[in-house]
Amino acid sequence: MKVAYWPGCVSRGFTPELHGSMAAVAPLLGIELIELDRAACCGAGVIAEHNQELADTLNARTFALAQQTDGELMMNICSTCQGAQTECQTRLDANADYRAQINRSLATQELSYEAGLTNKNFLWLLVEEVGLDALQAKVRRPLRNLRVGPFYGCYIVRPMDQLAIDDEHPRHRYLHWLIEALGGTVIDYAGVYKCCGFPIITMNREASLKQAARHLGDAIDAEADCLVTPCPLCHLNLDLQQPLAAKLAGRRLGMPVLHLPQLVGLALGLEPRQLSMDKHIVRPSSVIDWSAAVVAASAA
Amino acid sequence: MPEYALRLRRYDPQSGQGAYWEQFTVELDGHRSVLDAILKQRAERDGTIGIRCSCRSAICGSCGVRINDKPGLACHTHLDRAAQAGREGSQVIVVEPMGNMPVIKDLIVDMDAVHWKKIQRVTPWLINKQPIPEREYVVPKESMLDITQSMACIQCGACVSDCLSLEVDPLFIGPAQLAKAYRFVGDPRDAQHEQRLRELAEDPHGIYDCTHCWACIDACPKGVAPMSQIMRLRRLAGSDHQIEDANNGHRHELAFTNNIARNGLLAEADVLPDSYGGKLHPRAIGVLLASLPVILRALVRRKVTLRSALLHPHRGRFKDLSGLFDQIERRAERRELNLYITGYDSAEPAQVAGNGPAMVATGASPTRGAADEGEGR
Ligand code: SF4
Ligand code: SF4
Ligand code: FES
Repeated sequence: MKVAYWPGCVSRGFTPELHGSMAAVAPLLGIELIELDRAACCGAGVIAEHNQELADTLNARTFALAQQTDGELMMNICSTCQGAQTECQTRLDANADYRAQINRSLATQELSYEAGLTNKNFLWLLVEEVGLDALQAKVRRPLRNLRVGPFYGCYIVRPMDQLAIDDEHPRHRYLHWLIEALGGTVIDYAGVYKCCGFPIITMNREASLKQAARHLGDAIDAEADCLVTPCPLCHLNLDLQQPLAAKLAGRRLGMPVLHLPQLVGLALGLEPRQLSMDKHIVRPSSVIDWSAAVVAASAA
Repeated sequence: MPEYALRLRRYDPQSGQGAYWEQFTVELDGHRSVLDAILKQRAERDGTIGIRCSCRSAICGSCGVRINDKPGLACHTHLDRAAQAGREGSQVIVVEPMGNMPVIKDLIVDMDAVHWKKIQRVTPWLINKQPIPEREYVVPKESMLDITQSMACIQCGACVSDCLSLEVDPLFIGPAQLAKAYRFVGDPRDAQHEQRLRELAEDPHGIYDCTHCWACIDACPKGVAPMSQIMRLRRLAGSDHQIEDANNGHRHELAFTNNIARNGLLAEADVLPDSYGGKLHPRAIGVLLASLPVILRALVRRKVTLRSALLHPHRGRFKDLSGLFDQIERRAERRELNLYITGYDSAEPAQVAGNGPAMVATGASPTRGAADEGEGR
């Protein structure tokens, strides 16, 4: 399937391994990515707290660019983009007058957003479009014996009604389902749905790092081998900042955190190196060892 | 009559024993509430169960608890729905006391120690503008509509229970508290509009200590959306009054917005120093030093290269953006849409405010002067 692809800022900034692994995994799943390279930052909730209309306009611009492609829908790879964009889209779709006014601002760029865009995170797309059965059929190295803790990121699980999470689409369970479909073991720990702390890293550093340290510690106590997250901002606080979080908490951490496409790629048979796992701050040794053991076993 | 299984967390600090779980079954219709089930058990079998309640119709806010890991009102949760949402399809309804507050007994938490004490911090009453008119105050309809959402709060504490900032920073003022603050900040009769904003921004555990986790929005049984009220307070304090806060929140939001206007995509390496006043600002130097190990590690692992971090290779693609930013930020009045007030096109007509397009201009408060005319940047 063809999708209008919004990679977000951070996957092309401080977490290039996310952008790279998505590009590596997409062809294996038959997903053609039409990258929206003129689209701008979603605002991550920060621009909206400065000026709501500005955030809505920026995202309407992105949606309009997506509608100009022949993609079946728009796909993102960031929980925060999903949440911030859905919030703006909710206002745009709810009110025709408002939409018309935003479109007047976009007219100078010859763009216009029409209500009703479908915008799905890669996680949602895997479950709802690709399908877990179809995905399972492509698994070449089931994640047997790998204990994976899901870390969703706030913006992709709350508020439930805005994100259309209901009995029919229990999107807050998809990461659990996915880990299982890939053959891994789901580790439920206290932090699954909590905040990584990133939004206040510049505002209350201590509280922010405490949040990260607590969830990482809980995952260690639950004996996870690694975490997986669909959110690169969570990755920044959980991986990039992990040494500082450990220092603040006075506890050894060393918990590897994978991006969602990396976990999928691993099960589809890609090597940790092809998924740029060497770019992580906390080396995913447990995952690399697991992968080496599986390869060795299949060679024997 | 159907039977429902409930599992209560029991705890009596005076007993000297730790908390324990107790399970029982109750026969009741599915449309009856979790509170009804607990009261039935208490009346018929175990008079020692501690739970607080009064109105039994979702209006007094006394019966806040956690049901199946979610905060809510026991009197407003149907048994059949609660059983469906049982952990891993178990049908067992798990009821616990709310979080972030000390337990007094069983399901009763100490609201005084946390919730009410914090409410005091926002001066939760109107401070009249002088002179007080001889007859009633006449206020614009839109400005009263603008605060209805925060006025819907029944002080149940569900949002406080699940607040993820409070979990790590007990000094954080709290979601219901900030929603209450908005109720007076947005009231045109109040004399302390700017003063209130200043205090909320200058408190290091005030509006800029919220981690934007949305938990309070999902927790609230009354649709108050405390986080949305906090974001409105931030827009008023930062964009409209340019108040410099203790947490560098406003500066960060400006640095972020300007960064996107210039680069289209976030140039992370600039945001951090800019949030503290620019690379050479004394405030930034300490932060940069503290972040140095992080930056160095990112360079060593080739997450970033100096070239990509400093040269902004994306910038060329976004030349048309800054015009768009200017156009919106130069408006005489900053605009925002509150769907709580305007509703959705498909349902009722969106003309609730009766002022043309369903747009709530935020200039509702007459206390705002010429300096507030949206010159945010
Ligand atoms: S959004 Fe803010 S106030 Fe609401 S629960 Fe999260 S941290 Fe607390
Ligand atoms: S804001 Fe909502 S959840 Fe919080 S105390 Fe008020 S009614 Fe309860
Ligand atoms: S008893 Fe009053 S709100 Fe539940």
